[in-house]
Amino acid sequence: MEFILHFPVIGLLLQFVAYLVQVMIENGGLIVTVATPIGLGALCGFMNERSGVVNIGIEGMMIVAAFAAWWVAALVVPVLPATAGPLGITLPLLVGLIAALVAGVLVSAVHAWLSISVRADQIISGTIINIAGLGITGYLGLLISQNSPATAGNFDSLTFPAGVISIPVVGWLMETFLEHGPITLSMLVVVVVLQILLYRSRWGLRTRAVGEHPRAAETVGINVIALRYRNVLLGGLLAGLAGAWFTIEYGNSFQSGMTNGRGFIALAALIFGRWTPIGAVGAALLFGLADALGTAIRQSPPVGDLGVMLTTIPAQVFTALPYIVTIIVLAGVVGRSTPPAADGQPYERETKAA
Amino acid sequence: MNLRRTISVLTIPTLAIVLALIVGGAVMILSSPLVNGSLDVTLPFVAYAALASGAFGSVDALVQTVVSATPLILAGLAVGIGFKAGLFNIGAQGQFLIGAVAAAAVGAGLAHASPFVAIPAAVLAAMIAGAIYGFIPGFLKAFTGAHEVVTTIMLNYVAIQFVAYLITGPLRAAGATFARSPDVGAASLPILIGDNGHLGIIFAIAAVPLAWWLLYRTTLGFEVRTVGANPDAARYAGMSPKAVLIATLSVCGLLAGLAGAGEILGISGYMPAGYSTNVGFDGITVALLGRANPIGILFSGLLLGAMRAGSNLMQINAGVPVQMIDVLQGVILFFLAAELLVRAIFRVRAAKAEVAELQTVSRSYGGQTTP
Amino acid sequence: MRIEPNPAPPSLEMRGITKRYPGVLANDHIDLDVRPGEIHALLGENGAGKTTLMNILYGLATPDEGEILLDGTPAVITSPSDAIARGISMVHQHFMLVPVLSVADNILLGDEPMSGPILMDRHGADARIRELASFFGWEVDPSIRVGNLSVGWQQRVEILKAVYRQAQILVLDEPTAVLTPQETKEIFGVLRRLTGEGYSIIFISHKLYEVLEIADRITVIRRGKVVGQRLPAETNEEDLAELMVGREVELTVDRGESHPGGPTLRVDGLCVKDDRGRQVVHDVSLEVRAGEILGIAGVAGNGQDELVEALTGLRASSAGRVTLDGRDVTRDRSRALIKRGIAFVPADRQRFGLVLSYPLSDNLVLTDYYREPYAHGIVRDDAAIRRRAKEAVQQYDVRTPSIDVTAATLSGGNQQKVVVAREFDGTLRLLVLDQPTRGLDVGSIEFIHRQVIAKRNAGTAILLVSAELDEVMELSDRIGVMYRGRLVGVMDARDATREEVGLLMATGGREAAPIPPATGDAA
Repeated sequence: MEFILHFPVIGLLLQFVAYLVQVMIENGGLIVTVATPIGLGALCGFMNERSGVVNIGIEGMMIVAAFAAWWVAALVVPVLPATAGPLGITLPLLVGLIAALVAGVLVSAVHAWLSISVRADQIISGTIINIAGLGITGYLGLLISQNSPATAGNFDSLTFPAGVISIPVVGWLMETFLEHGPITLSMLVVVVVLQILLYRSRWGLRTRAVGEHPRAAETVGINVIALRYRNVLLGGLLAGLAGAWFTIEYGNSFQSGMTNGRGFIALAALIFGRWTPIGAVGAALLFGLADALGTAIRQSPPVGDLGVMLTTIPAQVFTALPYIVTIIVLAGVVGRSTPPAADGQPYERETKAA
Repeated sequence: MNLRRTISVLTIPTLAIVLALIVGGAVMILSSPLVNGSLDVTLPFVAYAALASGAFGSVDALVQTVVSATPLILAGLAVGIGFKAGLFNIGAQGQFLIGAVAAAAVGAGLAHASPFVAIPAAVLAAMIAGAIYGFIPGFLKAFTGAHEVVTTIMLNYVAIQFVAYLITGPLRAAGATFARSPDVGAASLPILIGDNGHLGIIFAIAAVPLAWWLLYRTTLGFEVRTVGANPDAARYAGMSPKAVLIATLSVCGLLAGLAGAGEILGISGYMPAGYSTNVGFDGITVALLGRANPIGILFSGLLLGAMRAGSNLMQINAGVPVQMIDVLQGVILFFLAAELLVRAIFRVRAAKAEVAELQTVSRSYGGQTTP
Repeated sequence: MRIEPNPAPPSLEMRGITKRYPGVLANDHIDLDVRPGEIHALLGENGAGKTTLMNILYGLATPDEGEILLDGTPAVITSPSDAIARGISMVHQHFMLVPVLSVADNILLGDEPMSGPILMDRHGADARIRELASFFGWEVDPSIRVGNLSVGWQQRVEILKAVYRQAQILVLDEPTAVLTPQETKEIFGVLRRLTGEGYSIIFISHKLYEVLEIADRITVIRRGKVVGQRLPAETNEEDLAELMVGREVELTVDRGESHPGGPTLRVDGLCVKDDRGRQVVHDVSLEVRAGEILGIAGVAGNGQDELVEALTGLRASSAGRVTLDGRDVTRDRSRALIKRGIAFVPADRQRFGLVLSYPLSDNLVLTDYYREPYAHGIVRDDAAIRRRAKEAVQQYDVRTPSIDVTAATLSGGNQQKVVVAREFDGTLRLLVLDQPTRGLDVGSIEFIHRQVIAKRNAGTAILLVSAELDEVMELSDRIGVMYRGRLVGVMDARDATREEVGLLMATGGREAAPIPPATGDAA
């Protein structure tokens, strides 16, 4: 073993891996936190793409939902009592959350209509949602912020007594995965449920069939259009959750364009995760790690040569890291990850037979 | 192109714009309590009047419209030519920024040289830099199958960080009160008309017929269009879809980079660290509104340029933020897409092929490496 | 001719069914009835409206006029679920199977056994599927992915799907198109067993001898109209052919004697891999001489596509050598091969052969667009392109309003004529034809076959690949069979019989073999 350390590159690499593991252990909770909007966004994409609808409008859906949660919660703060229940849940926050879900579903309805009924190009439909979503929330956000509205605050995290957290392994797992607000916790539930349903339920079988070969599904009596609508709208709920995370769980205010490409990273996570719920959220955690790594290097760089090297890298590189990782992941994985065969193809019920 | 066909091509975009103005007006009315405290049904009229006067009200306003349209036409071509090859270039934003920073760097370096050296050098640098930044997603798509929609968006974010690094670091002008690059001096584009009608206008206007000629009158354009319409048939016909994809995205990047050069060398004269622009999304709107046709892009670019030019006066006179233009864009695009429903029902035959070209973008999504 | 009255009431009656598509009257007041336990054949050429009629019966298309009666009572069928609920099942020409799902998933889909409100019960289902299969003497593992099954096995899964749903009326749309003669014989046995169980069967085909063999009654449709009904005992192939096409048809082309010259194409030990990296062409050696047609038969998916792609420069070969007129062209890509005189009519004209959104003129120069006289340097010469297009449209009898309409607006036969017009142009050394007449009407098939013979007689070496055994038998001077990626039994066409070639397609050898159990390894 020892002679390996004589090769400086390999030595540095080993040090880096050790540091990575350290970051993972020390910042487990943070990784899960920042992975939440990406994971929920990827699950929204999952609901769409497994039934054959490409959704690159996740970003737009998230920003609209983020805005809705913040704005509606702020609107009702003066009129509703703000006594906090468990996890910091108050009535205004709950109303905000519902507003985000409704917003996610409404924007998804636009996408569903354009891509399923109108049969517009689904990528263009998604782009419209992104442009329109950023535009309208930027416009209204600016107008509302001028009047410095009240804030409804945000959700709290679940906490465990120190005694529980100090249990080896189990304590760390609980701290990492469970010391979170309700939105992150709901993601962890949703991903498990979806994974089971996909392979073991009637809905899952039908969804897979419709995403692969819609005509075959129709010939055994499945209503392709209705199933696609239902799945896209349900996906909207998940985009709504992802949006709400920005303004009523992680933060408590809205800024124009605050989703910052998370919706697109979510798409990459979906592809990397091979269009399965567990895979997609797993990939989201990888992006969370990339994010946490950048933060960790600035706050507590490793000691020795590696630390010196890493701290000379400009800060912008770490900010850009999740985006670069996304590109690398896509370039490295896409050829080996097969999308649902009918992904992106509008379905026409009655075609002229040969 | 005969008159009837021209009208049929123009009908839908015109209707989309009118409908968008109506929806935009409704948004203004509904949000008017946030603007001036009470519901104001006249707000849209005041706002649109200010918008029109800011865009067309005087010679200066007209020049400003053309100046604002310049990067939009180039970015529109950068997106539209991609559509022809079946590519959705959402990366015009990043390509623009990279081109801009290259122009700023070379311009600053040659600030004291002869303009006849400095201007071509800075413009060329921007075009090459933009082309390289377009080449990357093209290469990735051709050889790994990574879809350009995601990679170009990611590269946009990377470009922002890259520019921030350069301007706050190696390119930072000594003694400036904020992080910015040094003045471009001799590389500044000459003003040809009005206050700020710079040479870049000519670049944009010249690019339109050139792009049209290349697309429809040369074998190169035939290859681009064939790859866009049916990559398998292109391969069968002995073309190389991979090479065409890479070359097309590089040309798209080149055009967006040229747009960046025009803004830095023609208007600001330097580049700030937080240079913000909407040119990427604007380019998508322009390309879709212009139906990915260079002539159409010229006109839709001018239209959006007018909106951008007039939006400042709209904010000043009516208190409606310039972000209203982003809302209008989204709504225009929505009606353009929803129009396909109208076509499907009434089976409008004319101009259908062009719509079909735009509908091929999703085909390669997420999947297989291009053959 | 009178049809004997049959006492049993029809289990299905379709009355006055009419369906219009833009520009086409697909079904024109069609009447059809099927009696219990009967195999009723629907005969017509490609495009006659058979599939449209069945899509209407199955709820995949809505008729403009007409009604459907089941056991004498009117039935409204607006979706496949209506049809299924009324005991109608359909085996489609293009299989309606989801390749990535298992056999069991495909069979259960749409009619899933549940163990609760949400989750499926998979245990009982697997046993039921095995039991159904054993009724026909088949052995199948329900957990195999359908995409890994051979075409013959996919057909059997389609039949299991219908039987699982306990249908009373079974529609089979061109079920034998992809099968070997032996498999066809087996399917016929299966159909007889099903009628014995009380099924009524509608059997769609354009193959005369099959219809005569299996049907109890034959209804012939042409251009959307019923043009006659026959009992097999009272008719023959000539009579049916004339009814189906509307004029006297020569059932075989007169191809005359071939006078082959020296070898034009030589292939030695060629190996090719598919997109997934699996070797699908193994050590293929062949020779095509000037002025002869080498026909390659075989069930679809036995490596023919990859072989053809390798020979035409669309796919790299992993081993072996290809020479054209003595020159090594193994590494040459499409364009270099086209320059050397290779032309290629691809199997999928819409995917490879044409750009559907382009006008005919551009399609007619798709492989020549960069050459004089169609381009000077990089500048296209529109006048020259249009001249060429007008000439080709005339010469090859392409029925089109003008050369400016898009290829998408043409019928399948005319689309294929555009491809043929382009590829057959000029002096060729080698012509590669992959399924050149698939899905075409008889007139177009005759036309294209005559052009092929003419090219042969002009001294072109021709490699014909077709899953349609009849076509290979008719046109070829020599015949080989692709079986699991190997070329087996190249023989002189004069010595070949349908049965012998069919056996080679089914087993790769000349011995009959029992039905193998379904395996995960596609044939």
